[in-house]
Amino acid sequence: MTTTFTGKVWKFGHDINTDLVIPNFAVLMPVEEQLQHCFNANRPGWVDEVQAGDVLVVGRNFGVGSARNIGAIFHGFGIAGVVAESFNGLGLRNCVNSGLPSLPCAGVLEAFEEGDVAEVDWTTGTVRNATNGMELQGSPVPPQLQQIVLGGGVESVLRAEGYLAETTVTLR
Amino acid sequence: MGMNAIEKILASHSEQDVVRPGDVVMVDVDVTVQFDSARADVLKIDNPEKVVLLHDHLVPAPTVMAANAAKRLREFAERFQIENYFPVGKHGISHVLVAEEGIALPGQILVNADSHTCSSGALNCLARGMGGPEMLYILCKGQTWYLVGPTTKVVLEGELSHRVYPRDVIHYLPGTYGDFAGQNLEWYGDGLANIGMDGRLTMATISAELSAEFSLFPYDDVLAEYVAPRAKWPYEPVFPDDEAEYDQVITVNLSELEPQIVLPDRVAWNTKGAREVGEEKIKIDQAFIGSCANGRISDFAIAAEILEGRSIAPGTRMIVTPGSQDILKEAIKLGYVETLMDAGAVVTSSTCGACFGGHMGLLADGEVCITASTRNFKGRMGSPEASVYMGSPATVAASAVTGVITDPRDL
Repeated sequence: MTTTFTGKVWKFGHDINTDLVIPNFAVLMPVEEQLQHCFNANRPGWVDEVQAGDVLVVGRNFGVGSARNIGAIFHGFGIAGVVAESFNGLGLRNCVNSGLPSLPCAGVLEAFEEGDVAEVDWTTGTVRNATNGMELQGSPVPPQLQQIVLGGGVESVLRAEGYLAETTVTLR
Repeated sequence: MGMNAIEKILASHSEQDVVRPGDVVMVDVDVTVQFDSARADVLKIDNPEKVVLLHDHLVPAPTVMAANAAKRLREFAERFQIENYFPVGKHGISHVLVAEEGIALPGQILVNADSHTCSSGALNCLARGMGGPEMLYILCKGQTWYLVGPTTKVVLEGELSHRVYPRDVIHYLPGTYGDFAGQNLEWYGDGLANIGMDGRLTMATISAELSAEFSLFPYDDVLAEYVAPRAKWPYEPVFPDDEAEYDQVITVNLSELEPQIVLPDRVAWNTKGAREVGEEKIKIDQAFIGSCANGRISDFAIAAEILEGRSIAPGTRMIVTPGSQDILKEAIKLGYVETLMDAGAVVTSSTCGACFGGHMGLLADGEVCITASTRNFKGRMGSPEASVYMGSPATVAASAVTGVITDPRDL
């Protein structure tokens, strides 16, 4: 895990909610199966196009809704990081606790077209659109939360400290 | 510089004397609530006495997947000898049960892997939804972090008029002010004295849809009377300092408020007056009352009052789901269930059910639902091609009678 990422941008609008990421019928499925249903209601076919290393650029109130772990889903796709105009608190918690680099950044939706390349330092908050040269300054999450992301999320901490058995069980 | 009530609860559970917006504060958690499922690989947990386990979203299990998850929860309860386990038969929606059973208490911190955990803010209990990974962390270590946001003080004045309810108040805010992402709400004002616990629980629950972090109600006579006879553990209410700081103050005159409808797919900036929506004569297929927002006895009372001697419109179905077994028993005893069934409604056993499209009342392609439950997201209650409008239980009941979305004052 590094403090920067560069990748091709997928754009989504405001109020992207948890139920779009993980629909109700998929709640108890293992993450690998949940991935297949991500954004099917609002953007069918996206799961077949997204590639590891891609970046999400999103509008206001990203992750509003339930406790469904959107962080695990985007981590599962290999998304390099999420830059959003603003995050829902629970959405941000799930991203951070799952080890997904996440950066709140006002104005980011305007600064990118889909397919542009984003260069992001999510710890300092610098965002650059490598396609058009535009630069923005985001508001990085506090250092304590950056440490959780850099450590790979809270579950790896628990595993290292002997709270979890070696067998991996994927549940929500 | 003083602290507001939310900051004071955080400070009292942390090593910090003072908590301010922008801080990341590590706190000791008082109560951990886990529902429907549990991890089989957990080896040790922090404090089994303060763990509460229950079944709510998928109960009784509608699928093998849900049945297997429920089995893991039972096994978890046995493995760690969890005393506060509510098996099927004593089940209820987590946020309803923790209030009824005196588990969510003033001045305490409660966590639960469900986004509507902010419901317990009605009890002056600092509570918010958590994700799966951090629930695991808290179960194991008894601690978590909060990123402290700015707090809005909402002052309620006056009294709600006929056929206007707390549900309409909590729809009015995001319709007028948009979302409160990353921010807290604290509720005050003379108007609160006229809003009972059921209404406060509705408002605190729906605060999740405003994207608020915490939504905290004060400890007053209404709360004191409710919590004293049922509290499972000792508690100490928390009040804001006299010079507490708030990011902004919003004053709502309850007497001027009208029934409010949230239109489909999102909540922020998406509300209209029920009378205005009523003019469009939007035909409904399903009317639903239930969930942690509106599955309480006063919601049954409102629905029964409106449906007494009336019938549900042909071509419309109505489902009413209680938030707990105790609420269902009470609704039977008071005759509400019979009234609703006589009108043609389905009354189900206690569960989250149709609210999250889990079971008992999913919507078909192209159908329209008016609901007094928690969410109107695309696909939330079934097909992504269905439309979900949200209103008060009175609006839902009135709409079930006419078959179109209806202002309950116009029935």
